[in-house]
Amino acid sequence: MSAPAPRTVEPSVAAPPRPGGGLPPDRPDVPGTSSRRRAGRRSPNHEERPNWWLTGLMVFLALSVFVPLYFAVVTALKTPDQLTGAGFDLPTTVRWENFADAWRLTDFPRSAMNSAVITVGTVVLTLLTNSMVAYAIARNMHRRAFKGLFYYFISALFVPFPILMLPVAKQTALMGLDNQVGLIILYTVYGLSFNVFVFVAYINSIPRELEEAATMDGASTWTTFWKVIFPLLAPMNATVGILTCLWAWNDFLLPLVIVSDPRAATLPLQQYVFQGQFSTNYPVAFASYLMAMIPLLLVYVIAQRWVISGVTRGAIK
Amino acid sequence: MSTETRPVDRVTDDAPPRRTVAARGAGRTFVWMVLPAFVLFFVFHTAPVLQGVFFSFTDSPGYGEWASVGFSNYAALLGDERVRHAYLFTAQFAIVATILTNVIALAVAVALNGRIRFKTALRGIYFIPNVLAILVIGYVFQYLFTFSIPAMAQALGVERLSTSILADESLAWVAIVVLAVWQGTAFSIILYLAGLQTVPPELYEAASLDGASSWQRFTRITFPMIASFFTINMVLSLKGYLQVFDHIWALTAGGPGTATESVALLIYRGGFQGGEYGYQLANAVVFMIVIIAFALFQLRVLQRREVSA
Repeated sequence: MSAPAPRTVEPSVAAPPRPGGGLPPDRPDVPGTSSRRRAGRRSPNHEERPNWWLTGLMVFLALSVFVPLYFAVVTALKTPDQLTGAGFDLPTTVRWENFADAWRLTDFPRSAMNSAVITVGTVVLTLLTNSMVAYAIARNMHRRAFKGLFYYFISALFVPFPILMLPVAKQTALMGLDNQVGLIILYTVYGLSFNVFVFVAYINSIPRELEEAATMDGASTWTTFWKVIFPLLAPMNATVGILTCLWAWNDFLLPLVIVSDPRAATLPLQQYVFQGQFSTNYPVAFASYLMAMIPLLLVYVIAQRWVISGVTRGAIK
Repeated sequence: MSTETRPVDRVTDDAPPRRTVAARGAGRTFVWMVLPAFVLFFVFHTAPVLQGVFFSFTDSPGYGEWASVGFSNYAALLGDERVRHAYLFTAQFAIVATILTNVIALAVAVALNGRIRFKTALRGIYFIPNVLAILVIGYVFQYLFTFSIPAMAQALGVERLSTSILADESLAWVAIVVLAVWQGTAFSIILYLAGLQTVPPELYEAASLDGASSWQRFTRITFPMIASFFTINMVLSLKGYLQVFDHIWALTAGGPGTATESVALLIYRGGFQGGEYGYQLANAVVFMIVIIAFALFQLRVLQRREVSA
């Protein structure tokens, strides 16, 4: 099945560059002098004419991202009787009360608080513990037990969640962890596989001389980790923090199987729980969806560059 | 790798023979750093997996008494039409969604890496779907597919789309692919962009001196240089899509009938609601083997390509 895949890739990938075919290709007039080469590295815009045709196409395609969001906004502001036709028109009369209704109906403050507590708790605990585990593994790869542990964590990446979701739901219920605390622990533990992998790769690139110097000065391994290594991990902490945050905030399946008390419901779970109660009052439902999506969307808009560079860094490692 | 680890080994190889108090203390500290994580991982990950495998050989309904039934759950799986359908549907969905996601993401990434304006802003916009909960944005898509698209199709006189495709047994899966690709492309684009940044621009300079066309530069330079990113993306996408759950839950809940019931959905439903705990665990064990097989197969095929490319 994967064999034909690359062949399908090629023609459609060719499409975007082709419109610019009439124009000179990228960096056409570079004679290869070293100064030119450096200048052309990441900022070709300054020296080359932008391809407006391609820019237009990319802007147009970017609109597809906004279509469902725009639709959610206009629908959330309508009265139910305005829901006719395709529904892309602006509301004739705006009903802000939809948000107030959704707020009360779904007990928004509680589920938002649950999501926030779970997300923040998971991110903090993940950064503090997973980086430490990775450090111990990375510096002891020559010891069989640590190497084994490394592959033990990594191999779990291939274990699909469905095989453990039934037993883990029973187990957490027995342990009294079918709540926010349980979710924080599970996210932190399940994140280990991927996080140890990226942290170890990053720690391997940190020279050991720093730690040796710290040890000479009489610092213990703990102190060395927290005072010397952990601050150096800042870029990777950002990457792992962002990915963990997106995961914990948006995940649906784990809360669905773990959480038994409705008062512990997260935002996505709450949207599902209230599907029946929204019934056909779509504007209230959409107001509720928007309120569930907006917090993280706002964080993203504010920290956008940082998020993208964080994810990119994770990919290159 | 090897050049990095060698000095590491030497440092610590020196330490053990002397067995200084400090070295032993450091070794013990490292053990304490990983021990709690190991215990928790075992308790919350490995133990449930082992329980899952164990109960797959029983007739447990998820509570109360159970008896060992050997391989009969596995044998029953083979003849179960609903299970067979779930696997076929999941494979079809996952393969189509994986290919579309990667084709579109690679195309968008190459374009975003090209000579265009508003690069940073566009990159930021294309990542937005990845910030949204699949389930929640899925409910928005569900409304679009149920009401908006049929309304538009009626206005335009397109017969085929004038009723909701979610209610159409043979078309509902397309809607799930649309949502999955819309949401999943975002992350792949960023991974491909990261890959494209690792391609040294000197290569393109040399190629343009030789008069290579854009297409040639893509096939001869860009693609081979980011082949490892292509491999990772394909493996990650397929693994994620094979476990599809939220998308379906939001759009069709497996319907109409069981037309869009994925394996994960079937395991959840049968295991939690249908009293088929043991039986669905057998299904989950098979599913795990399938996923590992898919991943290994993909890695082999794609890595062979990487080498030959």
